[in-house]
Amino acid sequence: MESFNKTSLNTIIQAHKKQNGSLVSLLQDIQDTFGYLPREALQHVNTVLDIPLSKLFSIATFYNAFNLEPQGKNTLSVCLGTACHVKGGENLIAMMGRALGLDNSEGTSADGKFTIKKVRCLGCCSMAPVVKANDDIHGSMTQTKTANLLKKLKKSKR
Amino acid sequence: MNAKAIKNVQGLKKEGLVSLFPDKIKIIVGSASCGLAAGAGPVFEAIKTGVKEKRIKARVTRTGCIGLCHQEPLVDVIIPDKPRLTYGKVTPQAVKKILDALKKGKVPQGAFARIDTEEFLLEGTSRTYGTDSEDPQIAQIPGFDVLSFYQKQSRIALRNCGFIDPGNILEYMAKGGYTALAELLQSKSPQQVVSEIERSGLRGRGGAGFLTGRKWKMCRAAHADKKYLICNADEGDPGAYMDRSILEGDPHTVIEGMLIAGYAIGAAQGYIYVRDEYPLAIERLQKALKQARTHGLLGDDILKSGFSFDIIINRGAGAFVCGEETALIKSIEGDWGEPRQRPPYPAQRGLWGKPTVINNVETLATVPAVMHNGAKWFSALGTQHSKGTKVFSLVGKVNRIGLVEVPMGTSLRDIIYDIGGGIPDGRAFKAVQTGGPSGGCIPAELIDLPVDYEALSRAGSIMGSGGLIVMDDKTCMVDVAKYFLDFLENESCGKCTPCRVGVKRMRELLDAICSGSGIIEDLALLEKMALNIKDSALCGLGKTAPNPVLSTLKYFKDEYLAHILLKKCPAGVCKNLITYAIDPAVCTGCGACLKACPADAIKGEKKKAHKVLTKKCIKCGACQEVCPVGAVVT
Ligand SMILES: Cc1cc2nc3c(=O)[nH]c(=O)nc-3n(C[C@H](O)[C@H](O)[C@H](O)COP(=O)(O)O)c2cc1C
Ligand code: FES
Repeated sequence: MESFNKTSLNTIIQAHKKQNGSLVSLLQDIQDTFGYLPREALQHVNTVLDIPLSKLFSIATFYNAFNLEPQGKNTLSVCLGTACHVKGGENLIAMMGRALGLDNSEGTSADGKFTIKKVRCLGCCSMAPVVKANDDIHGSMTQTKTANLLKKLKKSKR
Repeated sequence: MNAKAIKNVQGLKKEGLVSLFPDKIKIIVGSASCGLAAGAGPVFEAIKTGVKEKRIKARVTRTGCIGLCHQEPLVDVIIPDKPRLTYGKVTPQAVKKILDALKKGKVPQGAFARIDTEEFLLEGTSRTYGTDSEDPQIAQIPGFDVLSFYQKQSRIALRNCGFIDPGNILEYMAKGGYTALAELLQSKSPQQVVSEIERSGLRGRGGAGFLTGRKWKMCRAAHADKKYLICNADEGDPGAYMDRSILEGDPHTVIEGMLIAGYAIGAAQGYIYVRDEYPLAIERLQKALKQARTHGLLGDDILKSGFSFDIIINRGAGAFVCGEETALIKSIEGDWGEPRQRPPYPAQRGLWGKPTVINNVETLATVPAVMHNGAKWFSALGTQHSKGTKVFSLVGKVNRIGLVEVPMGTSLRDIIYDIGGGIPDGRAFKAVQTGGPSGGCIPAELIDLPVDYEALSRAGSIMGSGGLIVMDDKTCMVDVAKYFLDFLENESCGKCTPCRVGVKRMRELLDAICSGSGIIEDLALLEKMALNIKDSALCGLGKTAPNPVLSTLKYFKDEYLAHILLKKCPAGVCKNLITYAIDPAVCTGCGACLKACPADAIKGEKKKAHKVLTKKCIKCGACQEVCPVGAVVT
């Protein structure tokens, strides 16, 4: 992940103009590069492309995939889809919240190492309950396995 | 279309057959997202390195999900002249044993099923893998066709999933893929294609069950300079994953379906709107699109027929409502996905204001089979008004979790018991939830209900996209209703008041009931609000949002009453209404719970019954999870 810089942003905007892509895909590209949508980035898009800031924020807040805040080094998405719900997904997210000192289970830990998110179905319902740690999906999770996963990620260099 | 192009298709098909029925060992790892979640990644790596290290002459490939999710990670081994063997729950350690045996020229032990012949649904033929089933070791392995999981299935949309390599277009073609397209480009007018689909009775698999042929006809009849085709791969219903599985396991069938649809309605541009949560599906689609273009099956002047069509992938951004067709269109246009009033229907005024057909992944995956085998063949399957087969994701509290495809009209009992093997741990079957957040819960009394569009809707639910979430006596139906409202409250786009405010108010009432502060009048109020929202919401999301509440109120009123009057949750789920305790008659005093408890709320000596200190207990459920003998009760 890069930290916010105008050079990269301009490259993204140029590529976007060339492909005639949609606004949603532009914001996706910005987030893929910086990990979130920095306010300065949206302001810059507003100036360069003459798109009202209100419109950019409407889109950024409408879709769950967009983050307006920097994210932790590791993102843990806990599935709370129907299959995972009936198999105890809530217990897992509550457990992570306790382990990382997060008030309502979601959010980023104080040390910036973890962001915990709820998702509604990762499409691996057969492996419920499911937790996605960065790019890897872990199936048939328990609180014990989740605790071990957190430990492993804490030690990793990421 | 010229003869050379046809010959080319046939040549590619032959090449694919060699890949499917190889003359040397082939090891195939089930590598859909579900397999990967179960650990197929390290298994694949172990096989790759093992084969190299041991110098085994074998090709290692991937395949999609065969539906047997409860056996993942799955590995298939094809030894020339022998049946295809399937190994379940494979670990990197088990890989070593498999490879050791192969190195010695032996058949690896431990396969749980074998495939003697591979069906070619589109050709109406089959081909045997090997004749060597006299080998006593192989003979005792049950054939796939006798596994109870498969006996009542009939796989059309899933015909290739778990058999072919999704990254190899030739294997798709070997199984009859792109033949339907080639044939119709040569000999059928678009009008004839529309008529064939109309006659087949195929209905949309995305939820509403609208007749596909009629939709295409409407769009074909619309006058415009441009038309569009969209494949809806937003798969928003939690608990349903057939679209993901098809895209990951057989992307070319969706592409072929889109080509056929595009030809029929007169579109030159297609879009696939894939939800953000499915990165692997996007990756496999991208590769498949590239291959199709390379072979002249996509792009300009396809198979030299004069027909041009191309496909763009659109990545969703995490909004359930964008699965609704008008919202999806706005999202592709780059806006936030607010649905709009219909009519006009997208087939009249859709993407960029042009006539647009939106079809679901499974619908489009079925199209090539219908075109190839004909409307008559397809409509012979199923019930009077629901033709063909439907894919269901059988998940939740059921033994053989997986993806199944059965003829419409198959009973829930057949699906849950014969295919799914019933409820685990000897518990009682309570209900099955169908149709996602727009659907309902069908109680045990209705287990003999045949699944088709009409029967499910008469029972107060809907077909939806095909999620079947099985629930046992440990699932609280009030909690399930609350769960769906919470989901929909989050996903409501906020445009219309009944949905934005009404769903929230209903959820608040259910919160109160689940936490023990509900009053009996709440039930009448819930029902009244539900009916009002159904009548007045703008789009399908709001109109169907009350369904989970209405159906649970209808069939499980006693559970609502227990929460309100007795302040008890009979299933032992609603945290405010339960206490954890250890049954001293069952507890063996192993101490696992004591170790797992994060709140120091369990005490007891080794080998003696333990106790929960209710005051300290935070109700996290950790003790229940680790107890090896099920002594923790609520
Ligand atoms: C709230 C809502 C969500 C929907 N989500 C999906 C979805 O995820 N996938 C889908 O194929 N159809 C979804 N639909 C149905 C689509 O609007 C549309 O009917 C369907 O894609 C048409 O394709 P079909 O005729 O092949 O089923 C949804 C509808 C509503 C009201
Ligand atoms: S419900 Fe959790 S992956 Fe589908």
